[in-house]
Amino acid sequence: MNRPMATYKPSDEVDFVIIGSGAAGGVLAKELSTNGFRVVVLEQGEYLREKDFTHDETKVFLQSQLTNKVNTHPITFRKTPEETARKQQAVLYGSCVGGSSVHFTANFWRFHEIDFKEHSKTGNIPGANFADWPISYANLEPYYTKVEWEIGVSGLAGSSPFDPPRSKPYPMPPLPVKGNGVVFERACRKLGYHAFPSPMAILSQPRAGRAACMNCGFCLGFGCEVGAKSSSLSSVIPMAEKTGRCEIRANCYVHRIETDKNGRAIGAVYFDAQRNTHLQKAKAVILSANGAETPRLLLLSASNQFPSGLANSSGYVGKNLMPNSSAIAFGVFDEPLNDYKGPAVSRIMHDFYELDPKLGLYGGGGLDARFDFTPVSFVFNGLPPSTPRWGAGFKQALAHNFPRTLEIFCHGTSLPVESNSFSLDPQVKDAWGLPALRMTFRDHPNDLKMMEWMKDRALEILDAAGAKTRWNSPIEEQQFAVHLLGTCRMGNDPKTSVINADHRAHDVENLFLCDGSSLVTSGRGQPTMTIQALAYRAADRITALAKRGDIST
Amino acid sequence: MNSFHPARRDFLQLLGGTVSAAWLTANWPALVSAAEHAHQAAKSDHPSLEVFTPDQAREVEALAACIIPSGETPGAREAGVVYFIDRALKSFFSDALPVYQKGLDAVQKNTTELFPGVARFSAATEEQKLTIFTQIAEESERQNDGPRRFAPGSSQDFFQILRVHTIYGFLVDPEGGGNFDYAGWKAIGRDPAHSFSPPFGFYDKDYPGWQPVPGETEKK
Repeated sequence: MNRPMATYKPSDEVDFVIIGSGAAGGVLAKELSTNGFRVVVLEQGEYLREKDFTHDETKVFLQSQLTNKVNTHPITFRKTPEETARKQQAVLYGSCVGGSSVHFTANFWRFHEIDFKEHSKTGNIPGANFADWPISYANLEPYYTKVEWEIGVSGLAGSSPFDPPRSKPYPMPPLPVKGNGVVFERACRKLGYHAFPSPMAILSQPRAGRAACMNCGFCLGFGCEVGAKSSSLSSVIPMAEKTGRCEIRANCYVHRIETDKNGRAIGAVYFDAQRNTHLQKAKAVILSANGAETPRLLLLSASNQFPSGLANSSGYVGKNLMPNSSAIAFGVFDEPLNDYKGPAVSRIMHDFYELDPKLGLYGGGGLDARFDFTPVSFVFNGLPPSTPRWGAGFKQALAHNFPRTLEIFCHGTSLPVESNSFSLDPQVKDAWGLPALRMTFRDHPNDLKMMEWMKDRALEILDAAGAKTRWNSPIEEQQFAVHLLGTCRMGNDPKTSVINADHRAHDVENLFLCDGSSLVTSGRGQPTMTIQALAYRAADRITALAKRGDIST
Repeated sequence: MNSFHPARRDFLQLLGGTVSAAWLTANWPALVSAAEHAHQAAKSDHPSLEVFTPDQAREVEALAACIIPSGETPGAREAGVVYFIDRALKSFFSDALPVYQKGLDAVQKNTTELFPGVARFSAATEEQKLTIFTQIAEESERQNDGPRRFAPGSSQDFFQILRVHTIYGFLVDPEGGGNFDYAGWKAIGRDPAHSFSPPFGFYDKDYPGWQPVPGETEKK
């Protein structure tokens, strides 16, 4: 399919260059181009279309068709700053037009009011670098609604007694319930909990030229062939291109934000697919490269003027990484659930969103019933630990369990810890000779304790649901992150935050950051909805600043 | 091998295009039917061997059949796992080729040590194969923590790699070059259709629809 798209030369000084075309970058591109600005989006990955997507796990899992490629972009990991990091795939993120919104599960909760002001309510927590947001849920509510109606979110307003206030219902009904949702809902009711239809960024009805979900089951990890998953690729990027003012330029590896002698950003320097270097000039620069690559790019952009990295006078660039905590319990039922059909999740519950302080735990979580496996990934991740690894017993267990298994996934808070971070590895280089991304992470003890508690609740629900066999993944310190949150946090104080409430870098007046790195707290998982609401709000704020001449566009 | 049938590509291009919502609504049942048809057409052809010699292929097939045996339902043999591995070693698993070469030599050695009269693993009786394979697997398990999520990782262990490759070859979507005629999916009860409509299974058949908990509709 051919979409009309503007094209610019790198030497054209456009109004905005946006680095990253994912959940936030796509929204900003659409909003700013719609508002009349000339926009270039530089995307590290390929421009794949719906017709390029496949169910072939060898392409998706083994060859990283949609995600970051560690053979050219290595990552290192260590638990503490005292250790030397070692090469490890510690981070997974989308690397194609649409970013991680192409392959994500599409669970799409709003954050609750408490997430924005939890520090005030709870006070300091030892070992955590805890803060309130400079904005409230009420500030963000109109933008949550805008996300739901513009990209397409299915759900049932008012079905959870724990939901925050909303100004409008969902634009379309929930997706069909699955077997996992039915048994989860019944068990929750038995135990006095409140399961409800999961809000999902997947179309339950055709909308705006896009097809409804056809329940193929290849959802987590895969791009949607019919455009039913409301990725940036399928929703906002076509809108941006249709303005005739936005160019999506793929296969561009941005490795530096250039600044002038006055400390203003003048554009983004990138390698094209042939490794030629270009400077895309722009009046203002927006980083939406995700919570790992945004801080890395700022650190790579160090100069005499900004010796510790661009926009890093606070020293907070890359710090306070929050990947969300998680726990998984599995159950096998007598009869076939056939949960390989349809999107992963159909029912969730938020009864534990704010835990009783008497439990001695901070934060909380949300639980969903799901099946997010393909046949291949089920073998490696969905069988009980005692299953034989080969032979007739292995085959028999696989055949029995595959249609009868569900997971209860507990998503929870990560507390911000200053030493948990992304930084530049001093030894390991990428295929272009640039310092590799280094992750330093050790869970705050509270988060592990809370997940132990959540896991026990999940096992109780499986018992109440009548699971014949149930077990859980061990609760362990995490060494792998997909939610990349908090690493350039927003705040009013330039000493303890990187951007202000308008997403403007405290140190560089025409530099804006908007993606998972902007978050101040981690919510209880499922951050994409909030990242997109922030992007819609940021676009409004940036437009207002530009129109009054504050960033000279 | 045709890994992406043109009929399916046309269908997807159609859905990826800017057709109207009204058109989609009116034509949706026909579209789903077209998807099913196109997906069926994408089933893998039986390719020829490109990396393994016929002798090597016979041994790999016999070893893979120990991991997922045939029986009342198809096993690795019927799913064409050896062809998947052969193709993988030619492309994205090419780094593992030396592991196969060394591994097959070691299996030959194990076979003749344990059963001196048996010329090769594939010629052993089922009982002998079980004895030999158990030894290979137990030795491997002693030295490894098991496969990593999705990928075979950096293991140089023949059993671990063969196991991962066999599982992929048995269960991968046929577009990936294994799971011939959906043999693997049939064995695990996975309907090969490309799209589904509810009810999906036993428990959602009689679901009456979501209702609030009686008397608890107030915001908490």
